Amino acid sequence: MRDFEYEAPTTLAAAIELVAKHNGSARCLAGGTDLIDQVRVGRLTPDVLIDVKKIAELNVLEHGATGLRLGAAVLCYQVYGHCGIVSDYAALADSCRIIGGVQIQSRASVGGNLCNSGPAADSTPSLIVLGAVAVIAGPKGTRTVAVEDFCTGPGKNVLQPGELLVELKFPTRAANSGSHYRRFIPRNEMDIAVVGVGASVVLNDAKDKFVSARIALGAVAPTPLFAKAVGDALAGQPINDETIAKAAATARAIAVPIDDMRGTKEFRLHITGVLTERVLKAAIARARGEHVDCKVGH
Amino acid sequence: MAKKRIVTTTLNGNQTEFLCEPRQTLLEVLRDNMDLTGTKEGCSNGNCGACTVILNGRPVDSCLVLAVEAEGATVRTIEGVATAAGLDPIQKAFLEGAALQCGICTPGFIMQSEWFLSQNPKPTEDEIRFNLAGNLCRCTGYDKIVRAVQDAATQWQDHYMKNCHEKGCH
Repeated sequence: MRDFEYEAPTTLAAAIELVAKHNGSARCLAGGTDLIDQVRVGRLTPDVLIDVKKIAELNVLEHGATGLRLGAAVLCYQVYGHCGIVSDYAALADSCRIIGGVQIQSRASVGGNLCNSGPAADSTPSLIVLGAVAVIAGPKGTRTVAVEDFCTGPGKNVLQPGELLVELKFPTRAANSGSHYRRFIPRNEMDIAVVGVGASVVLNDAKDKFVSARIALGAVAPTPLFAKAVGDALAGQPINDETIAKAAATARAIAVPIDDMRGTKEFRLHITGVLTERVLKAAIARARGEHVDCKVGH
Repeated sequence: MAKKRIVTTTLNGNQTEFLCEPRQTLLEVLRDNMDLTGTKEGCSNGNCGACTVILNGRPVDSCLVLAVEAEGATVRTIEGVATAAGLDPIQKAFLEGAALQCGICTPGFIMQSEWFLSQNPKPTEDEIRFNLAGNLCRCTGYDKIVRAVQDAATQWQDHYMKNCHEKGCH
């Protein structure tokens, strides 16, 4: 593997200083499940890897009255092992359960998945539908960016030289709300999404109408895609097969997939519709307090 | 060249120091520096699980861990599984059930299975298959591996509930 230096700062200030000092030639190392492979194959050529796992701010995992704070280095297995996340931010737990196998889940972080900025990242649609905001720190201070605005292209994002992702902040779960993430892959597990769909819904007290909804699509655009029009059109509508089918049609209209080894454009558009319906129905069921059987690997 | 680092770990229960370059993976150091060649290199990109070791109580692909990251960590490899008294029950189950052919994937499967049984001593077949999804085998077709894990689970539940804790595999 390419020769590089390794730094493991223990404070956020030291990390920012290091990232800024090695402007452009440093990469932050969280789980390394993407980064180490990319360095090995020569796709990335950093001179310094800055291990961010020893920084307290990046390991925050707090769930309370003001919502959820998820440090950028918190691991997939910690996410689906957290009762509060499983109950109130279910789509995110769904995502983390299907990222890689158990060995990958022991190392990979949600923040790393976001910063890697792959169009098929399994956790990003869930972050988007759950309204997560990225907290970014750099030499000029701290700023926040909504996750739907974070990725700018395949492998590209809004992080400026010298900046790093510190944490993801989520609002409190609304009453009568539920969420789900699901992907299509030709295997049962350990694969990259052909299409992934996340949805969160807020229902009225009678639980027969949508108050609001957020849908995000993975692997059908250069970035994980916030399908705002789908959710906007559902607001105020009754829950029935017709409104759900209409949402699926809108999702298909928004998706701009490519043909590649994982699927054709035509197939991806079809799957986008199928998954949008299924994921919406599961999110609705969760909002109604019903159990959703989303057994891993199926 | 980046300066070499001294890394201190608890390796299979023993305090161990090694010298490594930042670019060396834990897998490389185990095999090339420590001569612990039981851990195998397969794909070297996190797909096959042949290099699975237990790092701080969790299974990881050692090809995707930098050796310098193991500073202060506990590492358990296939060399730490059998005791002076003989093979571990999961090893016996793999042998008796012929759950291997060429054997390259076996150390990874043993590490992952042993850890998994320590977490879930009464798994369903589905749970076993899902938990072994990060380990690839090109010989067996997996059925014999799954049956070996089921066999180990039925015969040695008590073992996994008690002994794994003592051996520090979780």
